[in-house]
Amino acid sequence: MNTASGTVGVAEPIGEKSVIFADDYLNKLSGEQLESECKRRLEAGCKELVVNFSKTEIVNSIGISILLGVIDIASNNGATVVFSDVKEETVELFDMLGLTKHVTIA
Amino acid sequence: MSEQNSKLIHAFGALAELGHEITNKNNFQETIRTSLHLLSGALGIMRGAVARYSRFAHELNMMAVRGLGDDFPLSLSVCTEDERQFLINGLSPIEIREAQVLPFFHVYDVSFARRQLELFVPLVVRDEIVGALFLGEKATGEVYTQYDKDIICAMGRHIGVAIAQRNLMAEIERHADENRKLFDEMRSTYHDTVKAFAAAIDCKDKYTEGHSVRVGKFSEIIAAELGWGSEEIEGAAVAGYLHDVGKLTVERKIINAPYRINAKESAELNKHPAVGYEILLPIHHPFTDVPLAAKYHHERLDGRGYPDGLYDREIPYIAKIVNLADSFDAMTTDRPYKARRPAKEVVEDLQKNAGKQFAPELVTAFLGGMLKELTGEDRNKRFRRLLGRDYMEAEGIVDKLKYTLNEMAPTTPMTYIAAAAIGDRPIH
Repeated sequence: MNTASGTVGVAEPIGEKSVIFADDYLNKLSGEQLESECKRRLEAGCKELVVNFSKTEIVNSIGISILLGVIDIASNNGATVVFSDVKEETVELFDMLGLTKHVTIA
Repeated sequence: MSEQNSKLIHAFGALAELGHEITNKNNFQETIRTSLHLLSGALGIMRGAVARYSRFAHELNMMAVRGLGDDFPLSLSVCTEDERQFLINGLSPIEIREAQVLPFFHVYDVSFARRQLELFVPLVVRDEIVGALFLGEKATGEVYTQYDKDIICAMGRHIGVAIAQRNLMAEIERHADENRKLFDEMRSTYHDTVKAFAAAIDCKDKYTEGHSVRVGKFSEIIAAELGWGSEEIEGAAVAGYLHDVGKLTVERKIINAPYRINAKESAELNKHPAVGYEILLPIHHPFTDVPLAAKYHHERLDGRGYPDGLYDREIPYIAKIVNLADSFDAMTTDRPYKARRPAKEVVEDLQKNAGKQFAPELVTAFLGGMLKELTGEDRNKRFRRLLGRDYMEAEGIVDKLKYTLNEMAPTTPMTYIAAAAIGDRPIH
């Protein structure tokens, strides 16, 4: 299993399962870095993408849109997405906007 | 907190961010991309696009696309009927599956269905289509509610206004560019006309061929040495080119007389400044002082000039410049009754008449420009081109200029130049 922060695009061997850590504030800047890292891993053959939200306090609308984009890319690549260590309020937000219908909350 | 309230707060946050994004002077393409993110994120929309409408090509061109795939068309044609219906509909979401009757949805049916697009929102601003939103299914899988549609309209209005503003800016820039080109053409025509006039004036006088052009160039040098802006320098040049336009009405035999003309002839010749003024006054010059320069270029600071015998401050500044340029050219060119005078003698004459005929600061500026060229401080060979290299590089001219400038403006930095040049010799 590989782990990395969403803000660090380290070129490392990519396995079937990858963990990416989202920043404390998931907005346009950090969101686009996260998206690009997810995309890189999915294109390299990752089949289970875990986005870890343990550090994440706030997710704004752009962050939501970017996560929807990650879900879409994963689905097109036949991969599953797991959101782990998500704060309760963030889970409520994801649930309200339908993200939880497409990912596993762990 | 109820889910409805949470949705409202989340949507308000997105709307506030959208307003901030649009009012920021960011890259327009990036603003539209962010706007699509905000709209998608506000309601949890899986995919979508924002397009800008080209009313000339009748096309919706994609500016930001998310999740529609590489095969989705980036430019969609809109026929007149579609356009009419979109305008009638206004800024309000159209359910794509219920709008198949319109050619637009019929033509692009396959593309829209493949990417599960559900809503099409024409962005209508001030009765004009400026763009459109294409929105796919919601992540919840639910149908769009009226509440969702209201949020989409509110955000769509912001995006529409941003596109309309951008269009307006592009239009203004295009007009400004056209005006600039037109202005440059007019300016070029004006200058060509001025030069043609100068050539016509000089044609009358076989002995002073090129006089008007040279006076124009000398006036330009003086203005530049005074530190004037490019517009003003250009104005000074034009004033110089046209200062003798009144001579067009003076008989050729008087102008070309190979002897000192008599009083009657002199009175005739002396009318040329006033006549020049009358000729130039009705012309709308970009530089306002041109007619005044023609009228007063023979006035002197001591009041002994003509036509009105004005004193120092009564004389327009541009006329003082042209007067110096005119006199300098008269002294440095061969005349029917007088050979050109040596450069050192001309410098002495300018110094002697500073405060009588010429404004001292103009003489200082002019001679300073000459010195800069001779010492290499100024690499432009303006004087050499107009007067000839041999004339300008006459022996002792540099020292003469330094000495003269030191005497005329002893408190300026020229003092040190002159002092360095002449060593410990006392300055008389």
